[in-house]
Amino acid sequence: MRFIEYLRSLSSTLLRRGRINGEMEEELRSHVQHRADDLERSGMPRAEAKRRAQIEFGGHERYRQESHESLAGNYLETFSQDVRHSVRVLWKSPGFTAVAVFTLALGIGANAVVFSVMNALILRPLNVPNPQSLYMLEKGKDNVPMQSYPDYADLRDRNRNFDGIAAYSMYPAGLNTGKNPSTVWIYEASGNYFDVLGIQPYLGRFFHRADEHGPNSAPYVVISFNYWRSHFQGDAGVVGRVVQLNKHPFTILGVAPPKFRGTELFFSPDLWAEMMNQEQVEGWNALTERGARSICLIGRLKAGITPTQAVADLNSIGADLAKTYPKDDADETFALTRPGLVGDMLGRPVRAFVTGLMLLAGLILLAACANLGSLFAARAADRAREIALRLALGSSRKRVLRQLLTEAVIIALTGGAAGVVGGVVILRWLSTWQPVPNMPINVPVNPDAAVYVVALVLALISGLLFGIVPVRQVLRANPYQIVKAGSASGAGRRFTGRDLLLIVQITICAVLVTSSLVAVRGLVRSLHSNFGFQPQNAMVVDSDLGMAGYSGDGTQVMQKRMIQAMQAIPGVSSAGMIERPPLAMGWSTSMVFKDTTTDFRVSNAAAESMIYRVSPEYFQAAGTALLRGSTFTWHDDKDSPRVAVVNREFARRIFGSEASALGGYYKTVEGTRIHIVGIVEDGKYKTLTEDPQPAMFYPILQSPTSASWLIIRSNRDPHQLAITMEKTLRGLDPGLPFTIRTWSRELDSALFGSRVATIALGVLGALGAMLAVTGIFGMAAYSVSKRLRELGIRVALGAQRSEVLGAALGRAFRLLALGSIAGLLLGMAASKVLASVVYEATPRDPLVLGGVVLIMLLLGLLATWIPAQRALSADPLMLLREE
Amino acid sequence: MTDQAQLLPGTLDLLILKAVSLGPLHGYGVLLRIAQISAEALLIEQGALYPALFRLVRQGLLQASWGVSDNNRRAKFYELTTAGRKRLQEETEGWNRLAVAIATALAAQPEEV
Repeated sequence: MRFIEYLRSLSSTLLRRGRINGEMEEELRSHVQHRADDLERSGMPRAEAKRRAQIEFGGHERYRQESHESLAGNYLETFSQDVRHSVRVLWKSPGFTAVAVFTLALGIGANAVVFSVMNALILRPLNVPNPQSLYMLEKGKDNVPMQSYPDYADLRDRNRNFDGIAAYSMYPAGLNTGKNPSTVWIYEASGNYFDVLGIQPYLGRFFHRADEHGPNSAPYVVISFNYWRSHFQGDAGVVGRVVQLNKHPFTILGVAPPKFRGTELFFSPDLWAEMMNQEQVEGWNALTERGARSICLIGRLKAGITPTQAVADLNSIGADLAKTYPKDDADETFALTRPGLVGDMLGRPVRAFVTGLMLLAGLILLAACANLGSLFAARAADRAREIALRLALGSSRKRVLRQLLTEAVIIALTGGAAGVVGGVVILRWLSTWQPVPNMPINVPVNPDAAVYVVALVLALISGLLFGIVPVRQVLRANPYQIVKAGSASGAGRRFTGRDLLLIVQITICAVLVTSSLVAVRGLVRSLHSNFGFQPQNAMVVDSDLGMAGYSGDGTQVMQKRMIQAMQAIPGVSSAGMIERPPLAMGWSTSMVFKDTTTDFRVSNAAAESMIYRVSPEYFQAAGTALLRGSTFTWHDDKDSPRVAVVNREFARRIFGSEASALGGYYKTVEGTRIHIVGIVEDGKYKTLTEDPQPAMFYPILQSPTSASWLIIRSNRDPHQLAITMEKTLRGLDPGLPFTIRTWSRELDSALFGSRVATIALGVLGALGAMLAVTGIFGMAAYSVSKRLRELGIRVALGAQRSEVLGAALGRAFRLLALGSIAGLLLGMAASKVLASVVYEATPRDPLVLGGVVLIMLLLGLLATWIPAQRALSADPLMLLREE
Repeated sequence: MTDQAQLLPGTLDLLILKAVSLGPLHGYGVLLRIAQISAEALLIEQGALYPALFRLVRQGLLQASWGVSDNNRRAKFYELTTAGRKRLQEETEGWNRLAVAIATALAAQPEEV
């Protein structure tokens, strides 16, 4: 009801104002009539008397305005008058208004979206109490956040500066709640995890340090709120229920609070499991392996302790560890960093990229403002007569300026609102986007109050920014001159501020176009670069036999059966198995030593090499070329000597050449001698942008793994093939959780970074291009309309079409060329930064250079097409007759 | 017309109050009355009267009501409120003090200094 009352009071105010205005008009009219009556009485004819009375009254408009001010006495009245007038004026030129609002909506929308992302990834801390005292511990040397459990235990117990240090790692597991087994993503968390973070359960309880009594002593899980809602229908009875995690019984202790999504922004788990039971989840126990670095550490500083003090303390513990355990620990220095993005490993590139994006978005807004500024200036020039008339009728300059600014602010707010609405739609979509299939990778970037405030402030600032452009024009205007002379034409041939704005804007646009082209080219090239395997025409099956309860020799028997079953499918040319394919999420590495080494401390290692455990058929199925020697066979089992296939980089790094590596030996951390039977081509293993890495491939029979990815090569239709494969695998074991995809699709995760960068830059580039088009169009259309008479005369004097075009649009094209060259150069400089995100992004590419020139030219043609048509159709007869 | 004096800033309000104090008047009537009582010596631009009238109404010194003029036309008539009467008295005294002071100052002769 309150709303209706509000409406009523609003309407009565409006009605009263109408009445007051009417009364005032009537009163002034009555005055003039009284005066006319007097004049008539003195013998003047009525018509003459009326005219005289009107003149004697003075500046009608001015007194009406002043009366208004003295009547209302407050700004609100004049303000609402300004607003109504502005709306009316804008409504009368819908083309201008639409272009202005649209331009600004693009600028504000882009900024709202990018700021939201920045807000979610960088500005907003983790959703836990007192997030500012939480730090991620990482190695000081190479900013890798991974630690081993024994080192963690030492750091946790011996440091004096943290209230607590918790450990966690992310892992997939098969969860069976009594129905179909499914893959879930879990955090293995130390007992003190929830206590260090300081959060309280939504339901039931969390596990604590006191629950830990050595390996496999704490079969407890806590489920996330979302998983509880989606898979347990919010049933409060889940607390205390026993579920099967990789076929081992775990008790659900409680449900995490709704807003808690784990300690990594990109990775929200379905559940948390006690780290003590790692062996049951991962299939092996790293709790006592000081060299196995796979857990992240997050610590809460004590009050009053600075990060520097804490690092000094950690480093002294680290030095002690390196002395005590030289075999596993070397150079143990530490750094503290903000949690949420796997320390600086992901944090640094993400922060750099998002900051870069924010800069670009700022440029877009600046371009939009420049655009609007020149639009407004052109419009102010067109309205010079109207404004002069108002000034002549006694309106004050202050009032005229205020009204112009009101127009600008109205456009700014409308554009801002439209931009935010568009931005929110995009953000909604982004928040639910899962870039990598079957992984809980997604970031909620929903806008919050900060985003709206930023958008509002940006809108107002830009409104004032471009609203100020025509101010000088108004202040300088001499009403009598303008009214007398008619619209000034052809003025301002020289280089004006408006031209500068346009050049700046074209430059910005060219920068964006250049960087997006560079990124797109880089992405296309990286899709066709040599991965060291052929993802085309290959399917992958992601499964883990540990999740289905296989162990020991049973695992290998099943793996062999799976491979054979796949090979038996008609149309399959080869099928093999690998522990985890290259470029998938996660990898493992190990130190390797020369055959002559006897002291296996870290500092004596010859190299750190990627480890892959594969079946003999893997290389053929993956399309990895064998350069020398042979692959292993199913006879290379645990009773025969240890063998490996290594890549070319491995051979080069440890043996100096491929020839000397083949048939040679090297040693593992345990001192086991390994015989090299074959050498394969190099590939990409962790990321697309990495330098060549040494890699070694072990046979699964000698180096067992429960993680089993099948690689199936076939020319058959992937969809059909997937159905057959699924049926076959279900036939082998109905309880095995797995997913089937094409290998290209699987690679999406590896290409994720460059793809996001490319999409973002592409969108910004398109925005920049649109702005440039409207900017050039506005400028060209304006200059043509101003000079139409002159062009007509030229035509009358026999100018050729090309000469007319040159006269009308030469300037627009000169500005375009100037801006494009500047933008291209700047863009090339900026692309160096891009090269670190997008693989093979280089601006020194004839296609990119040519593309930028072509695109800018096309934009220029597109933008000047209509004005050019108009200039060409200038009919001298018509024009001369008109004026 | 040369013997017409320019109005000092702020004196228009005082003149209006004085004119209206002699009896309710409409806007044009106020002008005529000022011309009459100042013996046609003070020039007021006609339109400038209205902002001043509205200001005085808003300050509560005048009150207005619609009526019919001698010319048989609708017009708005102004009259003093109590506050207006009080203000007129104060302003008149103030003005007289000022006028006397200025007149005295201007009448000063060299030998008196």
